Amino acid sequence: MADLTQTQFVSRLKRYYSLYTGGVIGFVVLLSILEQMGVPNKVLGYIFLGVTVSLYAGIGILSRTSDVAEYYVAGRRIPALFNGMATAADWMSAASFIGLAGTLYVSGYDGLAFVMGWTGGFCLVALFLAPYLRKFGQFTIPDFLGARYGGDVPRMIGVFAAILCSFTYVIAQIYGLGLIVSRFTGLDFGIGVFVGLGSILFCSFLGGMRAVTWTQVSQYVILIVAYMIPVIWLSVKHTGNPVPQITYGYVLQQVTAREQVLNDPATPEGAREAEVRALFSEQQAQHEAQLRALETGGAAYLAQEKSKLENTVAVLKTYPMATPEMRAAAETRLTEFPKDIAGARMAWQTAADTERARAAPISPHAESFAAADEEGRDIKRKNFLALVLCLMVGTAALPHILMRFYTTTSVREARLSVFWSLVFISLLYITAPALAVLAKYDVYTLLVGSSFSELPSWVSAWAAVDKTLMSVTDMNRDGIVQLAEITLGGDLIVLATPEIAGLPYVVTALVAAGGLAAALSTADGLMLTIANALSHDVYYKMIDPAAPTSRRLAISKGLLLVVAICAAYVTSLKPGDILFLVGAAFSLAASAFFPALVLGIFWKRANRTGAVIGMVGGLAVCMYYMYRTYPFFGVNGSLWWDISPISAGIFGMPVGFIGVICGSLLTRAPAPQIQALVDRVRYPRLVTDIEVEKG
Amino acid sequence: MKKGEIVQLGVKHKRYWHSNLRLTGVLLAIWFAATFGVSWFARELQALTFMGFPLPFFMAAQGALLIYVVLVGIYAWRMDKLDREFGVQEDQ
Repeated sequence: MADLTQTQFVSRLKRYYSLYTGGVIGFVVLLSILEQMGVPNKVLGYIFLGVTVSLYAGIGILSRTSDVAEYYVAGRRIPALFNGMATAADWMSAASFIGLAGTLYVSGYDGLAFVMGWTGGFCLVALFLAPYLRKFGQFTIPDFLGARYGGDVPRMIGVFAAILCSFTYVIAQIYGLGLIVSRFTGLDFGIGVFVGLGSILFCSFLGGMRAVTWTQVSQYVILIVAYMIPVIWLSVKHTGNPVPQITYGYVLQQVTAREQVLNDPATPEGAREAEVRALFSEQQAQHEAQLRALETGGAAYLAQEKSKLENTVAVLKTYPMATPEMRAAAETRLTEFPKDIAGARMAWQTAADTERARAAPISPHAESFAAADEEGRDIKRKNFLALVLCLMVGTAALPHILMRFYTTTSVREARLSVFWSLVFISLLYITAPALAVLAKYDVYTLLVGSSFSELPSWVSAWAAVDKTLMSVTDMNRDGIVQLAEITLGGDLIVLATPEIAGLPYVVTALVAAGGLAAALSTADGLMLTIANALSHDVYYKMIDPAAPTSRRLAISKGLLLVVAICAAYVTSLKPGDILFLVGAAFSLAASAFFPALVLGIFWKRANRTGAVIGMVGGLAVCMYYMYRTYPFFGVNGSLWWDISPISAGIFGMPVGFIGVICGSLLTRAPAPQIQALVDRVRYPRLVTDIEVEKG
Repeated sequence: MKKGEIVQLGVKHKRYWHSNLRLTGVLLAIWFAATFGVSWFARELQALTFMGFPLPFFMAAQGALLIYVVLVGIYAWRMDKLDREFGVQEDQ
């Protein structure tokens, strides 16, 4: 393809990807015909995952390369439109695809912090970074820090921070990957992880950035089609309009009206809800009483409670009126009985917390910062704004995203490509809140008030898969479903929408393939970022600058393998929850990179000392706050100004800026050559400018 | 010229950079107002409705996103014009 002009190249790409999109749709149609002919769901699931994964691997093989510029930055000839698609796929992770609509379903307005944060950050990318980094035109983000601030120390800190946030983020992706593969094929979680990883490696191992780019473009097509089909269907069903974004405002009004009815004990339905909530309050009080008794009674109390249970089991065994279900239930309670005091404390505390949440009235979906009192609302508002800022700045500082803007043909194309990225990303983010509201409407109107004897089939199907995702228990034994009786995990929303909307199984499989594409594309970009930081910045730039091309690439590919194995190993330990890992990556990136990168471009006076102090200081404050407040680390220190640990970057960023500014002002201005570099970066073409990228 | 050699910036170059900064500043102000201004006053704006949504909900779910797309679009378009006007555009 090297002998084509850029225009020919673009038109050829457009033709290929139009054919490809047609192929994807044809493939879905073909499979739905197979489904009609009676091919079992499991086989369809396998075909779907198998075909898409081998497709990505195929693109990887076709794009294999041994050229350094091709491997690191795809030859710098990706057209803006396609770089936009690739960035969008790189950007939208398993958390966006599967988790976002669920978060919005659960937390209503407050969840919109993710929607704004994950899109608005691209304004910062466009205004502050993309065009300038493209003009700089090297291979990695630490490259820029190294050149701009001079010396290996800023580069080294950059490498450390890039690996830290990319690795945190990649674990969340691989975790999502394992979940999807295991749920839809029935394979073990660990095997799921390795199948997914295998396909990532196939693609990035042979062709680096070039292969990753073309795979990501094709993954974007699959993920957006998979996201849209069920939502459009649901929208037509409820509003008669195929554009959910326009009409769901009115659905939201109906949801709000339903919330008021269900929250009002004066209405018959509200009264039944109140009845169920009172039952949960009672259970909560019981668990709290047990907790208090445990504090005073200790091990003796625990033993006494256990013997009571054993007694019940024994009595039930001989009692003629006891049904097998009652016996089984008592036995499960006995086997699940906590073994020691610590276990009991934790189990009962969790139970009491869950019951307290379920005993509370419905929090209105459309209301901003809903809370019981003014103080609660203020805390929510503060956290909302802090989270939005952290996510935005983090977006503009994650190396795997910034790296993509090295691959365009020019500064002009880099600016355009941020625009296209944002268009493609917004398409999904504007749809997710609609999906959440439509699904809520379905649950509030169709499921609530229906009879337990005729539950919709998707409810029982998902309850069979995972009780934490979906379960309905008739608490007050009236045979009718109340909202308070439903447990619905956020992750279910996207995965179950096709079934809620009554679509054929093929669409469910398509959604799974979409989720897989989202997780794979992001993991691809992240692993490449880590491997490149190690091979290019550490090995080539710092250890052996005379290394021949072939050795640089060999080292890069070897490191990719090592990184993949490490990531898979850490993921198999199942650390923390996905949302926290993702949030942590953003806060870390925002604190470490953003101040040094932006001031490096916009403030000539910024120098090495400042950059080092700013990056280390920002990163340290951010990590310290996470360590101090996130329950996983077990310190449980008090919060600063009620800011939750996910927004730790809100403290790291200002420290970063202050560090760069003070550190620079206290020491000498950077050398004239460095200032000339800043000028070179600021202008798309300086009169006697030359391209360094060729060197 | 070699990498790192110093180019004397003319008045034109400085004007270009200032125009760029002004544009960046204006767009950033709009970005800030659409994001943080609206969210800060979300409870006060709650009663207003737009297309069936409470205004703050609409802004956070759709309005702000559309504004972001427009901002980035305007930046790309204006900067392209500016590059040409000041003769710093890249050779095609």
